[in-house]
Amino acid sequence: MTWLLRVVAIGWLLVSAASPAVAEQPFITVASTTSTEESGLFGFLLPAFTRQTGIEVRVVAVGTGQALKIGERGDCDVVFVHDRAAELAFVEHGFGIDRREVMYNDFILVGPASDRARVDGGNDIVAALHKIADTQAPFVARGDDSGTSKAELRLWKEAGIDPKAISGAWYRDTGSGMGPTLNAAAAMDAYTLSDRGTWLNFRNRQNLKIVIQGDRRLFNQYGVMLVNPVRYPSVKQDLGAKFINWLTSPTGQKTIADYKINGEQLFFPDAKATSGSAHSISAPSAG
Amino acid sequence: MHDIADSLVAAWQLVLSGNPTFLGIISLSLGISLTAVFFASCIGLPLGAALAVTRFPGRNAAVVVVNALMGLPPVVVGLVVYLALSRSGPLGSLGLLFTPAAMVIAQVVLVAPIVAAVARQIIEDLWHQYAELYVLDGVGRVRTVCSLLWLGRFSLMTAILAGAGRAVAEVGAILIVGGNIAGVTRTMTTAIALETSRGDLALALGLGMILLALILAINGTAHFAGKAVKRAAA
Repeated sequence: MTWLLRVVAIGWLLVSAASPAVAEQPFITVASTTSTEESGLFGFLLPAFTRQTGIEVRVVAVGTGQALKIGERGDCDVVFVHDRAAELAFVEHGFGIDRREVMYNDFILVGPASDRARVDGGNDIVAALHKIADTQAPFVARGDDSGTSKAELRLWKEAGIDPKAISGAWYRDTGSGMGPTLNAAAAMDAYTLSDRGTWLNFRNRQNLKIVIQGDRRLFNQYGVMLVNPVRYPSVKQDLGAKFINWLTSPTGQKTIADYKINGEQLFFPDAKATSGSAHSISAPSAG
Repeated sequence: MHDIADSLVAAWQLVLSGNPTFLGIISLSLGISLTAVFFASCIGLPLGAALAVTRFPGRNAAVVVVNALMGLPPVVVGLVVYLALSRSGPLGSLGLLFTPAAMVIAQVVLVAPIVAAVARQIIEDLWHQYAELYVLDGVGRVRTVCSLLWLGRFSLMTAILAGAGRAVAEVGAILIVGGNIAGVTRTMTTAIALETSRGDLALALGLGMILLALILAINGTAHFAGKAVKRAAA
């Protein structure tokens, strides 16, 4: 039987080698969007939070749709995404509590330097989408139920265009994250809607440039909420609440504003000043 | 060619820098995959050998199923393990989702059939050669399996290496169950996926080259260690 003991010993050794050698410090798991991670914001913001509180933040960066799904299943403590309607529904259905708005940035339309649809320069996103549809210039869509994807579909709707219905081949649904979608747009000399943060941090631009920005309809609000601890007792309510409170505190808001790439600010804090305990997290309502 | 040169430079700089984050990613990659291969071998080798020496109704179907499972799509395995380990799933109370342990579990599921299928073929060939001896000596089933596994140990390295190759190179399953969390569940392959989506293609390809070098090193070590042991035994 000694061989069996030996096998178990080797297995145990391997398991302990595979677990990361970090000192066990308190941590929370945050489901968030690719835009916050790929823009580099989290790389800047989270170390500041960890330094001040000793709480490690483990980020699972996926599309907004998937992030909310992870929260719905109770697999994270905090959800930090950008799709107001979906967030409100998430809270409404009892999956989350204490939703707060944290910051905003904006979407931009990027396109090839050749600008086949001649949309460059303006700020009217709806007019630009009309031109793209009219000229059948290639447009790459996320198509992954992310916040950006939903915003894009809302804009097409506002333009009164159903791109999937009228498109022969110019509307291309990649079903992938913002980065891969930008990679695809660069390769195909296509237009696409991006959040500004991911764009500023994106390296493989090739011929792409911003063609439309500054439209009020391109506003992109980020919200944060705690997964309902009544529904899922595994949720780290206190640590999660600390994170949410910090993000919306003057310190957290200032840190967000301080994040810049080449001198350009990526996210604009807009948390409402938390007045007293009007939105106290410590008293969650049952779902 | 320009891109490849850039990525070579990126790879070289990373290796030279000895960046702790980078070293952490490598050791996590190796740790998870080798752990998974270890457990998968504990399951797959005896299973494959047992399948080789026993005869029962439906055995052919079992062989076909094990062979087919070699082609398990990693994404599907990742999804099933995710649903099982999710807080809303049957094993949710273990709290294993988004940890290295979850990644090991997913890879064991992926690798065990590979080890079992290749081992089954190798042991079956040996069995055809020696079956009469074992039967004449009246050796029991369990002893036979153990003895054949020992006899075929050098050839069985191939089964294990095939599994290791799959484990180290796979991204679909561990991305889903690990979540690609920086410093916790980020491995070589998930880091490559991330850098690709950031558009830093040179860094992504550079990491890919380092991964290839690692796989080469694993295979080289196994090959020459095997040779040395054989020579010592001869």
